[in-house]
Amino acid sequence: MNDMRPVERAVDTNEIKFDCKDCQVYYGEKHAIIDVDVKIEDKTVTAFIGPSGCGKSTFLRCLNRMNDTIDICRVEGQFLLDGEEIYDKRVDPVQLRAKVGMVFQRPNPFPKSIYDNIAYGPRIHGLAKNKAELDEIVEKSLRRGAIWDEVKDRLDAPGTGLSGGQQQRLCIARAVATEPEVLLMDEPCSALDPIATSQVEELIDELRENYSVVIVTHSMQQAARVSQKTAFFHLGNLVEFGETGQIFTNPKDPRTESYITGRIG
Amino acid sequence: MNDNERHIVKSYDRTLEALQAHIMKMGGLVEEAILEAAEALATRDEELADKVRKKDAAIDALEALIMDEAALTIAERQPMASDLRAILVAMKIAANLERIGDYAKNMAKRTGVLVQMRPIEDGGHATRRMAKMVEVMLKDALDALVQRDVELAEDVRQRDLEVDQMYNSLFRNFLTYMMEDPRNITACMHLHFIAKNIERMGDHVTAISEQVIYLSTGELPDDPRPKGDRTAVETGEAV
Repeated sequence: MNDMRPVERAVDTNEIKFDCKDCQVYYGEKHAIIDVDVKIEDKTVTAFIGPSGCGKSTFLRCLNRMNDTIDICRVEGQFLLDGEEIYDKRVDPVQLRAKVGMVFQRPNPFPKSIYDNIAYGPRIHGLAKNKAELDEIVEKSLRRGAIWDEVKDRLDAPGTGLSGGQQQRLCIARAVATEPEVLLMDEPCSALDPIATSQVEELIDELRENYSVVIVTHSMQQAARVSQKTAFFHLGNLVEFGETGQIFTNPKDPRTESYITGRIG
Repeated sequence: MNDNERHIVKSYDRTLEALQAHIMKMGGLVEEAILEAAEALATRDEELADKVRKKDAAIDALEALIMDEAALTIAERQPMASDLRAILVAMKIAANLERIGDYAKNMAKRTGVLVQMRPIEDGGHATRRMAKMVEVMLKDALDALVQRDVELAEDVRQRDLEVDQMYNSLFRNFLTYMMEDPRNITACMHLHFIAKNIERMGDHVTAISEQVIYLSTGELPDDPRPKGDRTAVETGEAV
């Protein structure tokens, strides 16, 4: 009977993109992430869920070293991306972030034209040899961000002049412009209306063909809709990690059950 | 474990409790219908049979109500995990109960025909014992639902074997009566359909028990349940 399930549910590969082990994060004295072990697969959408302050965003930010920018934050443990430690001294965080892109909760386009918003990353990473190549990257990225048709006639207009949903898709287009391998999304739809949310979710589903996507979301329904794997965080611990369908219909841990059914846990 | 915990939104708890209360009310009416239909048959009570037929409308109405409330709850709350299972299970159990109600109504209809005929020796009494057994199974299955008692549900599931065996023996009896005297054929055909109805009720009660197991464990039992109805594979010569 399993063969009759829609193919979208299937996970395309079992290749591990991120292999994280014994991960600890401290904010000064506070132990924010405790002994987290998780393997994030390639070409898979992995959702992180959990109550506010459970550490899901903190852990997400470890994956492209965004926590480096916080002075009191200390990260320990193993974070292997394709078998290489991302916290190794030889790794340039800027190069890492080109490989591991990020989209934030609030759309944050640069105060520049739509074109320059996309072209900025490829320019600083030297991904285009000339203007024609750069034009191509911009178009391809905007198409991947599912926003090309809406902005192709006004690429010189400021990115900040777009609607919220368009800005968020612009930011996703910007994130994919540097050809990342992993895309981190921290509540990408929480500031969007239902239509823009659907567009972003459709986009996430398309992005899965090429990237490993990790999404932090407060919407359980969204996690259930877009992800193949779900991780539930609680008080800095990774409580449960498994197939999304299983987590939402028959979770094994009572804390997961309490959280997703809206009970006091 | 989590069933004792309350939802943060209190009205959600009330909605789920109401859904279960409706199932219990429906179950009560169905239990009554089984017993009364069997009683009417055994005592050749046309009036009681008529009452059973009329009461089926209330059972159908409760099923419609449960489906409406379940649909509304899914739309309003987008239930997850055990809540989701509770609603799915309520919908399935309501459908099972509705079918059992229909079988009871059919028994009552046939009773109306049977009382016009010459009585068949012991036909109604053995059927009544069988109906009583199914009614007790249904009561236990509904108790298991309220208590989330997997063991009791599994016990009910196993007991269906006895119902099947009783049906087999009735099947043989009716066949014998028919062979003895062709004038018995019409009455025995009706009695046989009644016995088959009760046997099917047992299957629906089994399905309800399986839903109780799914509700509590998240998994349907995968071992094949015991089947005792051999009449479909045996030839008449075995009689």
